[in-house]
Amino acid sequence: MASGPGSAARVDALLQLRRVNKHYGQSHVLRDVDLDVHAGEVVVLLGASGSGKSTLCRCVNRLETIDSGEIVLDGTPIPAEGRELARLRAQVGMVFQSFNLFGHRTVLDNITLAPVRVRGLPREQAEARALELLDRVGLADKAAAHPAQLSGGQQQRVAIARTLAMDPRLILFDEPTSALDPEMIGEVLEVMTELAAEGMTMLVVTHEMGFARRAADRVAFMDQGRILETAPPDVFFDRPGTDRARDFLARILRH
Amino acid sequence: MPTGVLDQLGRGLLLTVEMTALAFAGALVLGVLLAVCRISPVPPLRLAGAAYVTAFRNIPLLVLLVLFVFGLPEVGLLYPLFATVALTMALYWAAFVCEVVRSGVRTVPRGQIEAARALGLTFTQCLRHVVIPQSLRSMVQPLGNVFIGLTLGTSLAAAVGVPELTGQAQLVTLKYDNPLTSFALTTVVYVAITLTSGVIAGRIERKVAIKR
Ligand SMILES: Nc1ncnc2c1ncn2[C@@H]1O[C@H](COP(=O)(O)OP(=O)(O)O)[C@@H](O)[C@H]1O
Ligand SMILES: [Mg+2]
Repeated sequence: MASGPGSAARVDALLQLRRVNKHYGQSHVLRDVDLDVHAGEVVVLLGASGSGKSTLCRCVNRLETIDSGEIVLDGTPIPAEGRELARLRAQVGMVFQSFNLFGHRTVLDNITLAPVRVRGLPREQAEARALELLDRVGLADKAAAHPAQLSGGQQQRVAIARTLAMDPRLILFDEPTSALDPEMIGEVLEVMTELAAEGMTMLVVTHEMGFARRAADRVAFMDQGRILETAPPDVFFDRPGTDRARDFLARILRH
Repeated sequence: MPTGVLDQLGRGLLLTVEMTALAFAGALVLGVLLAVCRISPVPPLRLAGAAYVTAFRNIPLLVLLVLFVFGLPEVGLLYPLFATVALTMALYWAAFVCEVVRSGVRTVPRGQIEAARALGLTFTQCLRHVVIPQSLRSMVQPLGNVFIGLTLGTSLAAAVGVPELTGQAQLVTLKYDNPLTSFALTTVVYVAITLTSGVIAGRIERKVAIKR
């Protein structure tokens, strides 16, 4: 078969979720979730609080186990335990709502820990790279600071740099700006928008509709553990396909 | 008071110090291992750790001493009395060390552990580079308390016939019929040890403080 524009769509997605189910005790938190994220794609995951967005992210790098279904990264099902799992996690970055920087380490040491310990990079090389990344997120002068000395927005940018230092194939963002004061949201979204423009593959949970419109290739809407619809942002925002999505957008856009 | 008395008490003190040192070192090593079991992601290990702690924390030390000192020879395990007693104390206090370590580990925010795991650090790397450096400080004072409890608890060894400090004080009392003097002296010694260990714990705590 000839290769051409048509064949690109047939390439398997970098991340594939197939009929993923997850329970917490009695409550069914993920219901038959199917989702593809292609290399270079930015998918924004929207949905009301409690709809299962965090759980989905946490299942992808297996901070939580799934009950059934399959999560496949670049053709390889996510391993259950041990070193294989650690190797996979090193390829999937995660940025948390609460930053989660290591409190006892300087900004520089936060960023170099995993490259040195997990990837075995020589320290000087890891530090050079860390400084480069800090520069990229606009914090070159904070290398020696401790996390507690930084604002929330600065901490989150360090957290992004820390994730980038592992050269991940895919980065999961779980409400990266929800814990921030309004005046700091912009600086974090700016870094994320740049990453998206550079072709990073991203799965982003956020309530920032501006970012979703601007940076997303696709929007996936979650409700009560299901993905109800997936659409390009302009289609989703202008003509949502389900009542639940319409209600959600009405509620979000009202304030 | 005859110098023989001081001599005798001195020998008792030496045994007390030896027993304290051995039992504390043993309790630390075993307690940390138990704590690692209790927080590990492996269910059987967690269960074993929990069972150990429940068993040893809920039996009086004196009962344990009697069980081990008189029970082990019954089943054919013959160890010197001193070793048996030191081992029993290490086993007993390990349960407390385990709980100190475990609650210290809990002071590290869960999110940081998840971040470390998400970056690809293994369980041991996560412990070593993220959890332990941040929880050490909160463990120092409680470990100091375990040390004091252990030091004072070594006096129970007298009850099973080890001539440590308290044991010697009893012997001296029998010999010279002067309980107040000999026990006053031993009290001073115990208090000196425990006060010193309190001071040392404070020093260590400041040493491992995290700069932020
Ligand atoms: N660790 C947990 N134990 C029990 N229930 C949980 C846990 N985490 C989340 N849940 C429940 O799972 C559902 C989905 O939660 P979550 O994935 O955090 O939603 P979202 O991120 O969309 O707000 C909610 O009903 C929540 O209460
Ligand atoms: Mg959430």
